[in-house]
Amino acid sequence: MTNLLSWLNAPWPWYVAGPLIGLMVPLMLVIGNRSFGISNNLRHLCAITQPNQIDVDFFKYDWKEHTWSLVFVIGTGLGGFLAGVVFANPDPVALSPAAVAMIHNWGFAAPAGLLVPPELFDPTLRNLTFLFAAGVLVGFGTRYAGGCTSGHAITGLSTLQLASVYAVLGIFAGGLLSAWLLVPHLLK
Amino acid sequence: MKRYLPYLLAGLAFGFVLVKSEAASWYRIQEMFHFQSFHMFGIMFTAIATGLASVQVIKYLGRRRSLDGQTIEIPVKPPGRKSYIHGGFIFGLGWGLIGLCPGPVFALVGTGSIGALAVLAGALHGTWLYGALKDKVPH
Repeated sequence: MTNLLSWLNAPWPWYVAGPLIGLMVPLMLVIGNRSFGISNNLRHLCAITQPNQIDVDFFKYDWKEHTWSLVFVIGTGLGGFLAGVVFANPDPVALSPAAVAMIHNWGFAAPAGLLVPPELFDPTLRNLTFLFAAGVLVGFGTRYAGGCTSGHAITGLSTLQLASVYAVLGIFAGGLLSAWLLVPHLLK
Repeated sequence: MKRYLPYLLAGLAFGFVLVKSEAASWYRIQEMFHFQSFHMFGIMFTAIATGLASVQVIKYLGRRRSLDGQTIEIPVKPPGRKSYIHGGFIFGLGWGLIGLCPGPVFALVGTGSIGALAVLAGALHGTWLYGALKDKVPH
């Protein structure tokens, strides 16, 4: 029992987490012939809230057919709550020493038990504006590309689609640019 | 309602793994983009390998039905190139900044993070913006 609890609280190694994430692809096919992907829900949430007076065609469809997908992300939130609050890891993210030195250099403290840095995620006006703006890039980009890390990098590459190879190349190029050129200056 | 239960449980497992593996951590994403640890690459490679192997098994088994009685078909993305590269790049810029892609955003909103909620609000506005500008951007 103590063993089970310590296993639920501890972070999971990549060779446990990776295969479990990969199993989402066949699992969604077996449950209901669905394609595993998260960012479509952003579109459904827009479709639900689109006022009748405004009509953007992109959001005019029967979102109720995608209820399963919205239920999935509600589950994702519950899973995050269980893993991050109920069975929270008491220890800080075990970053490599090189990464700790790098973020110190950028002005960030070493991780202290949270998944995200308080320097960027504490709800100050400056932080919330920054997070919102970066969120706009995530929402615009994922819909433009028709998928995110789950839909393209995992489902798309698992099913050998050229489209997803292009998307993953774009995603990685954008990520590298931000991480190398922008993030080092965020706190300066 | 009962037919949605498998999706709720699958989503719950997904969110749990995202947090437990720290794939929902800004720190891990910076470490990945700076090639300072194998952790995130290990997750991505084994996830894709598992997905790929499972899809091959499903293809090998031939016409099978899903639990709700539909014929299982492997999903196909529409052809194209520009939209995937441009869209991926814009998404990647955001991901590199905040270290959260859409799955982890939902998982962290579940932990009660106000910051993650701000990301979600931004992402919904970004999605909206794409919907409005769809015909004006190259595909």
